[in-house]
Formats: sequence, structure tokens, C-alpha cells
Amino acid sequence: MELLYHSANVLLGTLKDVSPIIGVILFFQLVIIRKKIDNPGRLAYGFCLVIIGLAIFMIGLEEGLFPLGEAMSRQLTNFSFLAKGNAAILKEIDATGSVHPSLYFWTYVFGFCIGFSTTIAEPALIAVALKAKEVSTGAISPWGLRLAVALGVAIGISLGCYRIVIGSPLHWYIVAGYLVVIGLTFFAPKMIIPLAYDSGGVTTSTVTVPLVAALGIGLASNVPGRSVIVDAFGLIAFASLFPIISVLGYGIISEQIAIRSRKKSLRKA
Amino acid sequence: MITFLINLAKNIFSVFLNILPILVVVTSFQLFVIKQPFPDLAATISGMIFVLVGLFLFIHGLKIGLFPLGEKMAFQFSAKGNIWWLLFFGFALGFSTTIAEPALIAIANKAGEIAAEANAIQHTSKSISNYAFGLRMTVAFSVGLAIAIGVFRIVKGWPIQWFIITGYICVSIITSFAPEEIVGIAFDSGGVTTSTITVPLVAALGVGLASSIRGRNPIVDGFGLIAFASLTPMFFVMLYGFIIY
Repeated sequence: MELLYHSANVLLGTLKDVSPIIGVILFFQLVIIRKKIDNPGRLAYGFCLVIIGLAIFMIGLEEGLFPLGEAMSRQLTNFSFLAKGNAAILKEIDATGSVHPSLYFWTYVFGFCIGFSTTIAEPALIAVALKAKEVSTGAISPWGLRLAVALGVAIGISLGCYRIVIGSPLHWYIVAGYLVVIGLTFFAPKMIIPLAYDSGGVTTSTVTVPLVAALGIGLASNVPGRSVIVDAFGLIAFASLFPIISVLGYGIISEQIAIRSRKKSLRKA
Repeated sequence: MITFLINLAKNIFSVFLNILPILVVVTSFQLFVIKQPFPDLAATISGMIFVLVGLFLFIHGLKIGLFPLGEKMAFQFSAKGNIWWLLFFGFALGFSTTIAEPALIAIANKAGEIAAEANAIQHTSKSISNYAFGLRMTVAFSVGLAIAIGVFRIVKGWPIQWFIITGYICVSIITSFAPEEIVGIAFDSGGVTTSTITVPLVAALGVGLASSIRGRNPIVDGFGLIAFASLTPMFFVMLYGFIIY
């Protein structure tokens, strides 16, 4: 009974969430463009699926994805896991109430793996990479782009975990990252710039975001001395910033390679 | 019938591809690094099945209903040429798709719970949901604004980097004044907003615009709307933080 009530509540909530889109579509189609909608039955059916799907997804998020991220960070920050059965380290943690950042090694590796694997398989990124190849007439290789973005996200999340562990302020990293982006922009080939800026936003998908957020919240609540409200967020910001840097870098490097090979072939001729 | 089934299988697989990397990484960590049974295994598995089914229905519904219509409208509007309607359409599209973005709903709720636990706001479900709703409205407004500015930029053909660099400078300045409780969620909201619904529709608008205006290169001018949409929420969420804290 309670589950039923809860599900009805979630369904009502998603109905509210989706209604602005329905309103915008109807308004512009009927009032501004003034054309009948081609297939209203299909559109209505699609919206029903969207609303039901969103409701089921939100329940799954609460029951599956958030607990998964929190469980992983709890296990990875467990003191006896960190000490690996070494009684001296355990005693030191007890005595000082703090843990040396290097002991969280596996947390950083976990962040790296999650970032890399989810990004390389991300459908939105695959679509963007193919489109980029198409409009650049082959100058941008889809695999090169995907690899650059995935490495950027992986390094971003890994470094973000390290930041939570040591507890330094988020904005130092972000502002430093911005400076690097601005610097690289001046050297990068013009064609890759908008693509690089976009790749930051595209990578963080609907499944990755809650998992990564849960990881950050779990870390901030389990690492001694961290405060959840100040330290927990920021991983997604890192995951959106670093791909910009890596894609700009990829653009610069592949342009240099192209210039060099052109020079070589000229010399031969 | 057979093509329908093949399509269905393809769609299910592409959603599964979203979750597969997570399963592989988590399972190998559990087996080789942590070397302990996973806590609450059954509940987590059933939750993940909900995620899979929900996401499949959600994306499938978008593909058969909203995406074709939205893309067509984006092309129609960009061909029509009335700049004011185009800007208004860009704003409305950005705003409404952001309100429905699942990742943002999830993060906003989490942020509300965390703020309540830290006693930054009152610990009632009403004030938590008010906080989350305010956060989402702020982000949706900023994404709408970003798309409108981005559309204007494409029409004018101004280089994107000047906007982005100006945005970075504004964000960096406001960060040094903003309450530290809001900084994390503000920076995160930039990446969260642009996901499942927003990206395809906004990208269609950008590429449609750039290809319908003469002398525009779709790759230089068509991309870049998403970048704006990830930048403005940071600024406005920090403003929201000034009001809340």
C-alpha cells in the first residue's frame, strides 16, 4: 500500500516535470507555426512513455543508483580496508583522527575507471563524435575525440576525489582549470573550439551523474574532517571541465602531427 | 514485426550500454579490490533494473514523440527568420527541457537533503522540496537564457570564445563572494543540466540555425549552445545561494 502511494506520488511529480515541455511544444506548434500536429496519437503515446519511464527511473535512482554509489564510497573509505590489516596504520588513524591521502589510492582508481568507462560508452558522445567527423570532413577522428573526452572525465573525477579527501576549496581548481582552457584556446585550431567547449556538457549522462554525485557525498561523509555541505559536490564540475582541456589538447596535437607529416611529404617530393 | 523486435532489442541494448560499464567496474572492484560481499545486493540489483526499464521507456518515448517534433520545429524556426520569435523559442526550449531533466531532479533533491542536514535550511520535507524546486527553476531559467544568447551569437556569427571567457571571468568573480555552501552545487549544476532531453533538441536547434544561415559553418557555429548552457547555471545558482543563505 505504501509503495503504491509512493509510486502514485512519484508519477504525479513526473507529470508536473514534463508538463512545461508539452506546453511549449503545443504553444509554438498551434499558436506560432499554426500547423496541425502530424501524428497526435503517436505524440501522446510518446509522452505517456516519457512520464511513466521517468517515474520508474526516479524510483530506481533512490533504490539502486544512489545506494550503489554510497555503498562503494563507504567500502572504499572503510578504515580496516584502508589499513589492509596493517595494525600500525589502524592505530595511527585512531590516534590522529585523520587518514593520509595516499591511503585512498583505490578511491582515485575507482573514480578514474568509472569516469573512463561510462564516457567511452556514452551514446550522446558517440553521436557527437560521428557528427564532428561528418562536418569536419574527416579531420576529427571519432575514436580520437572519444578517447580524449573519456581521459578528461576520468582524470577529472579522480582528481575531484582527491580534492574531497584533502578538502581544499573547489574554486581554486575550477579557476585554475579556466585559466588553462583560456590559454589553450589561443593555440587550438579554430574548428575544434566549439566542439571542445560542448564536450564538457555532453559527457555527463543521466546515469553517470547520480552515481558520481553519490560517490562524492559518500566520500565527504566518510572521510574524517570533511563536511558534506561544503565538500560533497564538485565531482561533476571536474568531469565537465577536464574534457574541455583534453579535447583542446587533442586538437593542438593532431594539428601539429598533420603539419609535420605534410612537411615531411613536401621534403620527400 | 521483426523489424519492430530488432529495434526494441537495439534500444534496450543501447540503454544497457549506459549501465554496463558501471556494472563491470563495480563488480571487478568488489571481486579484486574490496574482496567482500556487496552490501544489500538484492535491493541494489532490483533498483538497477528499475533504472534500466525507466530509462528505456523514457528515451523510447522521447524518440517517438518529442524528438522528431522538436527537431522539426527547431528547423522551421531557424528557417523562418523572425529573430524575436527565435530567441523566445530558444528560451522556452531550454527552460522546459531542463525542468524535466532527470539528473537535475535527482541532484536538486539530494542538495536539498544535504542543506537540511547541515541546518542551512529547515529540516522539513516542505522546505527541502522548496529548496530543490527553487534550484531547478534557477537552473532552468539560466539554461533558457543561455540558449537565447547562444542563438543570438549564431545569428550574428560572433566567435564563441569571447562569450565563454567573459562567462568564466564572471563566474570566477562571483565565486569569491558566494557562500561556500552553494559553490559545489553551483559548479555541478553546469554539467548536470545538459543531458538526455536538452542535448539532442538544443543541438538540433544549433545545427539547424547554422545550416540555414548563409555563410555559416555548422561545426564552428552550430556547436557551442551546450557550452553556454553549462556555463550560465553556475553564475545564477550562486546568486540563488545569496538569497537562500
